Amino acid sequence: MAFLSFLISGISLGSIYAIIALGYTMVYGIAKMLNFAHGDVIMVGAYICFYATSRFQLPPLVGILLAVVVCTILGIVIERLAYKPLRAAPVLAVLITAIGMSYFLQNAALLLWSSNPKVFPPVVPTGKISLFGGQLTISYVTVVAILCCIVIMLALTWFTSKTKMGKAMRACSEDKGASQLMGINVNGTISLTFAIGSGLAAIAGVLLCSAYPTLVPTTGAMPGIKAFTAAVFGGIGSIPGAFVGGILLGIIEIFAKAYISTQLSDPIVFAVLIIVLLVRPAGLLGKQIREKV
Amino acid sequence: MSSDSKLISIPSKSMIPERDIDKTPILECVNLGINFGGLKAVDNFDLSIGRTEIAGLIGPNGAGKTTVFNLLTKVYQPTTGTILLDGKDTHSMNTMQVNRAGIARTFQNIRLFNALSVEDNVKTAMNNQMKYNMWSGIFRLPRYWKEERIAHERALELLSIFNMEGMANMKAGSLPYGAQRRLEIVRALATNPSLLLLDEPAAGMNPSETAELMENIRKIRDTFQIAILLIEHDMNLVMNICEGICVLNFGRIIAKGTPEDVQKNPAVIEAYLGKKKEA
Amino acid sequence: MKSIRLNKTTRKNYLTYGLVIVAYVILQLMSSSGATTSTLQGMLVPICAYVVMAISLNLTVGILGELSLGHAGFMSVGAFTGVTAAIAAGNAIPSAAIRLIVGMVVGALFAAVIGFLIGIPVLRLRGDYLAIVTLAFGEIIKGIFNNLFVGIDSRGLHISLLSDKTNLAEGGKLIIGGPMGIGSIPKISTFTGGAILIMITLIIVFHLVNSRAGRAIMAVRDNRIAAESIGINITKYKLMAFTVSAALAGAAGSLFAMNYTTIVANKFDFNTSILILVFVVLGGLGNMLGSIIAAAALTILPEALRQFSDYRMLVYAIVLILVMLATNNDTFKAFLAKFKPGKKKKEEVS
Repeated sequence: MAFLSFLISGISLGSIYAIIALGYTMVYGIAKMLNFAHGDVIMVGAYICFYATSRFQLPPLVGILLAVVVCTILGIVIERLAYKPLRAAPVLAVLITAIGMSYFLQNAALLLWSSNPKVFPPVVPTGKISLFGGQLTISYVTVVAILCCIVIMLALTWFTSKTKMGKAMRACSEDKGASQLMGINVNGTISLTFAIGSGLAAIAGVLLCSAYPTLVPTTGAMPGIKAFTAAVFGGIGSIPGAFVGGILLGIIEIFAKAYISTQLSDPIVFAVLIIVLLVRPAGLLGKQIREKV
Repeated sequence: MSSDSKLISIPSKSMIPERDIDKTPILECVNLGINFGGLKAVDNFDLSIGRTEIAGLIGPNGAGKTTVFNLLTKVYQPTTGTILLDGKDTHSMNTMQVNRAGIARTFQNIRLFNALSVEDNVKTAMNNQMKYNMWSGIFRLPRYWKEERIAHERALELLSIFNMEGMANMKAGSLPYGAQRRLEIVRALATNPSLLLLDEPAAGMNPSETAELMENIRKIRDTFQIAILLIEHDMNLVMNICEGICVLNFGRIIAKGTPEDVQKNPAVIEAYLGKKKEA
Repeated sequence: MKSIRLNKTTRKNYLTYGLVIVAYVILQLMSSSGATTSTLQGMLVPICAYVVMAISLNLTVGILGELSLGHAGFMSVGAFTGVTAAIAAGNAIPSAAIRLIVGMVVGALFAAVIGFLIGIPVLRLRGDYLAIVTLAFGEIIKGIFNNLFVGIDSRGLHISLLSDKTNLAEGGKLIIGGPMGIGSIPKISTFTGGAILIMITLIIVFHLVNSRAGRAIMAVRDNRIAAESIGINITKYKLMAFTVSAALAGAAGSLFAMNYTTIVANKFDFNTSILILVFVVLGGLGNMLGSIIAAAALTILPEALRQFSDYRMLVYAIVLILVMLATNNDTFKAFLAKFKPGKKKKEEVS
C-alpha cells in the first residue's frame, strides 16, 4: 500500500513537472532556446493567485484565471521585449538574456512581494479520498493535478495536430524561413507559443503551491530546472516526451525520497537523467538527427 | 617530399580490368552499399583505383556520389561490402582512423575551420605528424619550438601549391569562395594521404580558374605521387584530367572506363540526357 | 636574420598579461597605502577566483565550443578537497603560502580527475543535451558534498556519506560536516596568491590554445566532421580541454574557499555556474581579456550599485539584458556603430 501511495504522489508531482515541461518544450521547439525565465513565470502565477484569493478574497477559480491571464500577457511581453530582438543572435546571447530575465522576475518579485514566505491558501478543497478502508488516502490536489495534466496534454496534442494555428506552430519549429514563405505569421506564432507556455506555467504554479504551500520569490527556480530536465529526459521539442519525462521524473523523485534518501533525491534524479541520455542521446522520445555531410 | 612506398609513377588504368597494370591498387571497393531506411542510396559499388591514378566519379544530381565519399571516409558505415585501402580492410575503422590510414577528402559544402587562420587550418591537419604532448606545449619545451617551426615551414610550402602563402594569416572564413576550396585541398594534402578525395573542387569557379585547378590537380598527383578520386560536374575538367571514370546513377554504377569509352556509352548518355525518342 | 614577428593574437596575449600585472600593482599599492575600502579589500580574492573561473570556463565554452552549466561543480570539488588538504597539512607545513599552494594543487588535481571522469560520458552528447548533463553533474556534486562528512584524527582521514559516522578518536577534528560544510577554515588566501593563479591560468590557457592541441580543439569546435576527416581524435581533445578547464576551476575553488572561515556546498550551485557563464558571454567567447574584465566588473557591480540598495539586483538584471540586446541586435549595433566608424571599417576589411 505504501508503494501505491508513493506511486500516486509521484505521478501527481510528475504531472506538475509535466505541465511546466510542456511549456518549456513548446518554446524550445519553436524558438530553439532554453527559456530560463520559465520557472519564474510559475512563481509569478502563484503570487497572482495568492493575492487574488487571500487578499482580495476572490473565488479560487477567478484567482487561477487571473493568474493565467497575467502570465500569458507576461510571456508575450517577455518574448517581444527580450527575445524577439535577438532572433538572429547566437544561442548563448539568447540564453544569457533569458537568465537576465529570470533574475529580473525574481528580484522584481522580491521587491513587490518581499522575501517573507507566503502560506498559499488551498485553491483545491483540502479533502482526501479514502480507499481500501483508509489504507490509501489521496488528497484532492493530487487528483486535480493528475487530471489537469492529462487534459492539458490531450488538448495540446489536439491543438498541434488538428488546428491551423497548431500546424503553423509545428511548421515554424521545422523551418521558420520556409514557413514565412508559405504565408505563416512567424512572429505571431512564436508569441502564441510563449502565451500558451506561460499560461500553462501559471496553472502549474497554482498546483505546485497547492501541493507544497510555501511561496517565496525563488519558488519557481528548482521546479523550473527539474521540469527542464524532464523535457530533455523525454526528448526536448516533443510534447508526449515532456509528458512522459515529467511523470517519470516525479515518480523517480518521490521513490528516491521514500526508499533511498531524502537528501540525495535530487542527485538521484539527475543521475537517472544522465544515464537515460547516455543510452538515448536525444531523450526518450526525441528524434536523433543525422548531420548532413 | 615523396616517400619510398609511392614510387609507381605510371598512371594506371585500373578501372578497366584487362588493362590493369597495377597489381596492388591503393583502393579497392567490392560490393559496397548502404541503405537509408530501405532506400539503397549506393548499391553494389565496385571500384579500384591505382596508386597514382586520377579517377573521376560522375553522375546526375542525387546519384549517390557524395554518399560514396562518405562511405569511403566512414562518415557512414556501409551496410554491405568491403573497402580495402592499400590492401587493408577499413571495416573496423572510423573517420579519424581512415584518415590516418591514408584517405583525405574535401567537402562539397566547404567545411573549413572558419575562426582559425589559413596557416592554422593547414597546421591542424598536420596534427598527427606532430608528436609533442600537451605539457611540451604548455611549458614551451624545445620540442614545441622545433616541431612548430617545421610545421610552419611545411604549411607555407603546401600553401604555395596554390600561391596562397600571402593569405597565411587571414581567417579561413573570410577567404573568397575559390580560395576556400583551394584551402580545403591543401588541408587534405597536409595529412599526407595516399588517396585524395575531391568533392566538386571546381564548383563555383570560372573557366580560367577551372583550367588553373586542372593543372594544379595534375601537379599534386605528380609531386606527391598519390591517387586522386574526384566528383565533378564540369565535364571538361573530368574528361581532361581523369584517366578512369566511373558513372553512377540511382546509386548504381552504370558505366566505367576511360573518358572516351564513357562518353560513347549509351547508358551514360541516357542518364544525362534522357532516353532518345524513337523517331 | 629573422625578426621576431608578433601576430595579432600574440600581441593581445601580452596585453592581457600586462594589464593583469598593472592591475595587481595598482591595487597592491592602493591597499598598502590604505586607499581601498574594506569592502573592496575583502573582494580582491573572490574577484581573482571568479576571474580564473571565467577564463577556465571560456576554455570550455569559447575554445572548445561546448556549453557547460555545471562549472561551479568543479569549483566545489576544488574547494572541498583543497581546504581538506590544507587543513590536513596544517601541522606539517608551517608556511601559510605553501599550504595555500598545496591546497590549490590538490584542488586542481581532484577537479581534474572528476572533470576527466565526467567528461567521458558528457562529451559524447551534443549541444543542449550536453549542457543539461553538465548541469546535472553540477547538482550531483553539490548533493554529494552536502551529505559528505570528512574527519581527521590520529589514525588518518575518515569519510562517510549521509550522516556523521566518522567516529573520530580523541582530539580528532571534523573537517567537512555535511550541509554545514567546512567550518574554521584557515584564511590563508591572499590577493598575491590570487594574482599569481590568474597569471598561471592565463599562461596555461594561452599556451594550450597556441599549440597543436589548441588548434585541434578549435578545429573540433569549428567543424567536427572536417576535424575527424583530417584525423583529429575528437574525444581526446574534447577531454583535454574539459579536464584542463576543470583543473583550473578546482584551483580557483580552493583559493575562493580559503578566503572565508566557512564554506558550504550550496555556495557552488547552479546560480554560480550561471554567474560565471554570464562573465564568459559578456566578455566574449574565446576572449580571455574580456572574461577577466567582465568577471571583475560584474563582481564589483552589485557592490557599486549599493546606493540602489534593494534595487541593485534588479538593476543588475536589466543591465545584463540591455548589454545582450546592445551587443547582439542589429538595429542596436548599427546605432552604436555610428559612434566608432574607424573600428567598423577595420572589421569589414579583415
